Amino acid sequence: MIESIISQIRTLWTVLIHMFLRRETVQYPEEMPYLAPRYRGRIVLTRDPDGVERCVACNLCAVACPVDCIALEKTEDEDGRWYPEFFRINFSRCIMCGFCEEACPTYAIQLTPDFEMCEYDRQNMVYEKEHLLIDGPGKYPDYSFYRIAGKTIGGKDKGEAENEAPPVDVKSLLP
Amino acid sequence: MARITVDGRVLEADESNNLLEALLGQGEDLPYFCWHPEMGSVGACRQCAVVQYMNEDDQNGRIVMSCMTAVTDGSIFSVQGEAAASFRQSVVENLMLNHPHDCPVCEEGGECHLQDMTVMTGHRDRTYRHLKTTFRNQYLGPFIGHEMNRCITCFRCVRFYQDYAGGDDLSAFASRDRVYFGRSDDGVLENEFAGNLVEVCPTGVFTDKILGEHYTRKWDLQSAPAVCTGCSIGCNITVSERYGQVRRVNNRYHGEINGYFLCDRGRFGAEYVNCDDRIPYCGIRNANGIYEATSSDETLAHVKALIDESQTIIGIGSPRASLEANFVLRTLVGKENFYSGLSNSEAEISKLLLDVLNSDIKTPSLTEVKDCDAVLILGEDTTNHAPILALSLRQSARNEAKNLSRNVGIPLWQDAAVRKLAQDVHSPLFILTSFEDRLDDIGIPTRMSPEDIASAGFSIANGIDDSFPAGTVGHADIQTIVDALIRANKPLVVTGSSPASPDIVKAAINIANSLSKRNANTGLVICTDEANNLATVCLAEKSFPTSGADVAIVLENDLSRRIPGTALDSWLAQIKHLVVIDSLDNNLSAQSNVVLPAATFAEVGGTYINYEGRAQRSFGAFKPKGDIAPSWNWLLNLCHGQGLLHDVEHIDDLLQTLARTHTELAQVVNAAPDAGFRDHGQKISRMTHRQSGRTAMLADVNVHEPQQPGDDDSALTYSMEGENLSAPNSMRAYIWSPGWNSNQSINKFQDEISGPLRDGDPGVKLFAGSSEVDRFFPVESSPGGSSTGIRVVPRWHIFGSDELSNKGQAIHSLAPSPYALMNPHTASSLGVQAGEALKLSLSDAPSLPVLLDDSIPEGCVVCPVLEATSPYLHLSDGGDGALIKDESWAPAAREEDVIMTDRNS
Amino acid sequence: MDEIFIYLIIFGTLFGAILYAVVLVWFERRLLGLWQDRFGPNRVGPFGIGLAFADMIKLIAKEDWVPPFSDKFIFIFAPTAVMIAMLMGFAVVPYAPGIYVVDLNIALLFFLGMTSLAVYSVLLGGLASRNKYALLGGLRSAAQMVSYEVFMGLSLMGVVMLSGSFSLVDIVNAQKDLWFVVSQFLGFFVFLIAGIAEIHRLPFDLPEAEHELVAGFHTEYSGMKFSMFMLGEYLGVILISSMIVTIFFGGWLGPDFLPPIFWFGIKTFIFICFFVLLRGAIPRPRYDQLMSLGWKVMLPLTLINLMVTGGVVLWWGQA
Repeated sequence: MIESIISQIRTLWTVLIHMFLRRETVQYPEEMPYLAPRYRGRIVLTRDPDGVERCVACNLCAVACPVDCIALEKTEDEDGRWYPEFFRINFSRCIMCGFCEEACPTYAIQLTPDFEMCEYDRQNMVYEKEHLLIDGPGKYPDYSFYRIAGKTIGGKDKGEAENEAPPVDVKSLLP
Repeated sequence: MARITVDGRVLEADESNNLLEALLGQGEDLPYFCWHPEMGSVGACRQCAVVQYMNEDDQNGRIVMSCMTAVTDGSIFSVQGEAAASFRQSVVENLMLNHPHDCPVCEEGGECHLQDMTVMTGHRDRTYRHLKTTFRNQYLGPFIGHEMNRCITCFRCVRFYQDYAGGDDLSAFASRDRVYFGRSDDGVLENEFAGNLVEVCPTGVFTDKILGEHYTRKWDLQSAPAVCTGCSIGCNITVSERYGQVRRVNNRYHGEINGYFLCDRGRFGAEYVNCDDRIPYCGIRNANGIYEATSSDETLAHVKALIDESQTIIGIGSPRASLEANFVLRTLVGKENFYSGLSNSEAEISKLLLDVLNSDIKTPSLTEVKDCDAVLILGEDTTNHAPILALSLRQSARNEAKNLSRNVGIPLWQDAAVRKLAQDVHSPLFILTSFEDRLDDIGIPTRMSPEDIASAGFSIANGIDDSFPAGTVGHADIQTIVDALIRANKPLVVTGSSPASPDIVKAAINIANSLSKRNANTGLVICTDEANNLATVCLAEKSFPTSGADVAIVLENDLSRRIPGTALDSWLAQIKHLVVIDSLDNNLSAQSNVVLPAATFAEVGGTYINYEGRAQRSFGAFKPKGDIAPSWNWLLNLCHGQGLLHDVEHIDDLLQTLARTHTELAQVVNAAPDAGFRDHGQKISRMTHRQSGRTAMLADVNVHEPQQPGDDDSALTYSMEGENLSAPNSMRAYIWSPGWNSNQSINKFQDEISGPLRDGDPGVKLFAGSSEVDRFFPVESSPGGSSTGIRVVPRWHIFGSDELSNKGQAIHSLAPSPYALMNPHTASSLGVQAGEALKLSLSDAPSLPVLLDDSIPEGCVVCPVLEATSPYLHLSDGGDGALIKDESWAPAAREEDVIMTDRNS
Repeated sequence: MDEIFIYLIIFGTLFGAILYAVVLVWFERRLLGLWQDRFGPNRVGPFGIGLAFADMIKLIAKEDWVPPFSDKFIFIFAPTAVMIAMLMGFAVVPYAPGIYVVDLNIALLFFLGMTSLAVYSVLLGGLASRNKYALLGGLRSAAQMVSYEVFMGLSLMGVVMLSGSFSLVDIVNAQKDLWFVVSQFLGFFVFLIAGIAEIHRLPFDLPEAEHELVAGFHTEYSGMKFSMFMLGEYLGVILISSMIVTIFFGGWLGPDFLPPIFWFGIKTFIFICFFVLLRGAIPRPRYDQLMSLGWKVMLPLTLINLMVTGGVVLWWGQA
């Protein structure tokens, strides 16, 4: 009983002397905090090492998004390469959770350490593909989805992807 | 019923099933690839392995393939046991050796059976260190994409294509790990059911190109349970939307009708909903004869004023509009001013069908058709006119093979064994048509002119029962046909309106009538041209008006396709104001004074009555854009203006009123639950529970999301709120079950594989068929053809003959150009030869290039059913003109347009 | 003249207390920040004091919503009751010699009565909300307050015995030589704890325990009605602090270099800070722990205190 009362009083004392310790708060915006490269801020779309859009419009980011703020639609170039016809993120809904980045099978969608995107007009928070696309590969400079995937695109024929044998000659009589 | 023990639980199972069917029927999750509920087992993929124990003391057991194991009383199995589970996991790893790393760019992703089964078995990482085999793809036509790398060689595609659907241009090539499924060369897949490969293939080798064009994952589609309006069979479909456009049509299992498959017209024929010919808003023709776009209120007020001022008003219904729309139009104009808008022959045949349904002659469902062991087709080109019926007929021809198997004790699910045993043995399938038929390969074809078919039909009826009148034309085969039909347990007569000859239908009714006196199992199928012919003839007594009126309202009906040009023109000349309600621009809307934009089947619900009198509710998947509204809604507004139906607001009130006033149709209210229906207190969702992009898809227009539109006309919602798994079968918007993302999850909604859906298949049969009608038709000499004794025989084409689906790009690209197919004698009597063309005197209809075929009966000119060839087809229906040689026609100019119609030839 | 002076004091008390309570909303957060190595609200106005007013504007401007399923009259009445009861309590507080609204000869009982009335507001608010969390909160407050009121009153009886009066002015004057906190330490200790429980401040805020009951009795409250509950709570903090000061810490008494009212203010302020410190440091007990503390520890302690004080007074009185 006495012990527990003393314990409570010691607690009060410990809390009280925190008055004289350093503040942990960072006084943003006068003082800018350090943001790690993997900080989850504004979303960008990256390009693969060949400089082509990485996004293949697979819709996995959209379905992973807990607030449903990503909408896109697939289209295809003449060589069969999939890419988004439009890609829209409504940042006024985005909660920067990074699920889209985790879901992305091509490393196309990435979160960056930029979070300062306030607007007076909510409409300006809607970003289209041209606002999201950057010119580089972002965090994974060497990865190119189509070099691994089996689908043929312009400049990469059947059997030229990683770990693929040349196409089978169906009409060969050899066993 | 046998009792089997599975993982310690005792289950009841049917002994005629294999173990896989039994387990899936019990709701067990067991992976499989090569087995298909409709195609039986071949034991090729080794995926459905389970452990079987000799007896209770057996601790080791042995691995067996459940699809190849019969259900026997007292047998003991382990499904979840370690041995079976690890075996299945290694099998799927082997199947996946060469599967490419491309799910994100695969149209199957998200509803892929291979994905589901891989997850189910627990396989994750590819440990094989060597290279992946690759293949070159083929061009397979406008509907189906090919990506051969993804193949896991389950052989389902060729088993469906060759064995089930009778196609011969898709096969398996090469051997071992080079096995290739495709055509010998690039080209359009010829079979009319090729589209089912998309669903049959467990992965993404065959994909839906139309969906792929604006690809949307299954979870993003907003779907509704609809009924196909492509023909009179009424297959159940799921129509799906995204971004305000129809994206695809998928099969929706119905145990009595379409089962697991659809025809390509049904599957790929909804593209017209998005086409440029859609009428986007109301229009009124001004004093200068130019159309002006008007608001819907303005237009309705205009039409109401027209009706108020008019002395006489005429309403013409439509066999492709819903029952509800036809009913409201009838109420608006009055019973005596309402016409069905059918051609003479179509109206007569539809009425005959109505009589048959009301009589004691049985009209079998498609599932029952599959059980028929002798079939006589009278004049009907099933494959092109009611395609899915042809697929069922093809299965009915296997009944002989099944009998053979039964006799030697082979279970019917042993697909390969049954087929090997049977070789080319088929049940009798007699085909009496004027031109070649897709079922010829399994049938006994005879080519005759339509008059001769009718006549032969009468003779067959006479052969069965001599109290029926005999036809004038004798034929050597008649006795064979009579004998086969009499011998059969379940004989079936198939006919329809495709030859546009009521006499043929009367002959068929005589045959069915005479046969059913001997055999109560006799079936008669009569196909009509459109989805809702029965509804129109139930509501309208007359087909087309002879007199004019102040106002004529035409509902979703391009009369130029049904009424001969001169008759139509003279009638139109007597109409002061023509009001057209339609979804697409057509010949009639171009001549109208007022046009109201109608919603299509993809946007509006309605009731359709199929060939067997089954009323089915169809639901729209999305709200139509802008001023487009359901036809019944336009008409209801006009009714309210006249003080009619003032207590009717929603489709349910409408159906209640209909049921009150038309007692013979009273059951339509039971086709589906009404708008007040709630499942666990909730409506039923059209969207999947994982629909994405809701807060972004319209954000480019306005960042403030609009409220989801409500649906007062049905218990479905335009949102993801609500139940779907436990929804009633007539209202389940999409087929999905946890862990089963593909359409194959349908087994979770059946009590027995391939059986009816749990709690019954949707739809109600309207006509009890109790009254014993003992009547037969006397032989009539049919008027037959033009003055020269030449008869134009209409030939339907699965792609192109249907008015609406032909507006879709992909379907249209496979539609034939006009042609005239005849035998050389007929050609010389018309004074033409191959490379020349026929034209119609007194008409500007396009000329018909002449094609010759010896098998066409003399005097017959086979002409495709197309919008452009309507004047030719009207020749036998009171149209004017004569067939003459087109001297000015030059073949070179048109050569490449003449697609050799025939995916047949 | 006298009458005007009384009115001045009444208005001063009313507005002063409410203003103090409003500022306390901000002050508490700054203080908590201070003890938690943060800054607390420091952006609006000097030292962030504008936040108190921004908060007030927000609460006043919010939609005044009465849940359709609630018992409407009681739902609206409940928050006003707590405000009225707490403000009435201030009537008997002597700020300095001559500066008080009224010097009742039963001031102590009046104060206990007023704080007890506040219980009804919490209980009624909880019941009228027709919400299971609110109901649970209301029930808890009823039981908690009924229990703690017993020895809250008893703990003061020692002081009454020593001073021989229920009048607070007399009690303060009786402390000229020695503050009662020394002679009545047990009484002070019990009154402090019972006081916290009485105004359901942390750590004894079980009626609204947000970890368990969403927001307890005021789950359904928002806008101005919610802010009245909140103001009532802060008024309670001020009232209890001033009562502790008055009864145990000599009220306005203090060295002469400052006027008496300042001494009163400073002492009260220190206790308010102490209440905030309690909130920042001590975790909330379980409900059964709270009840057993009350009945098994506090009540016996009070009774012992009462008997000992009584004995001593009798003994001293005889001697």
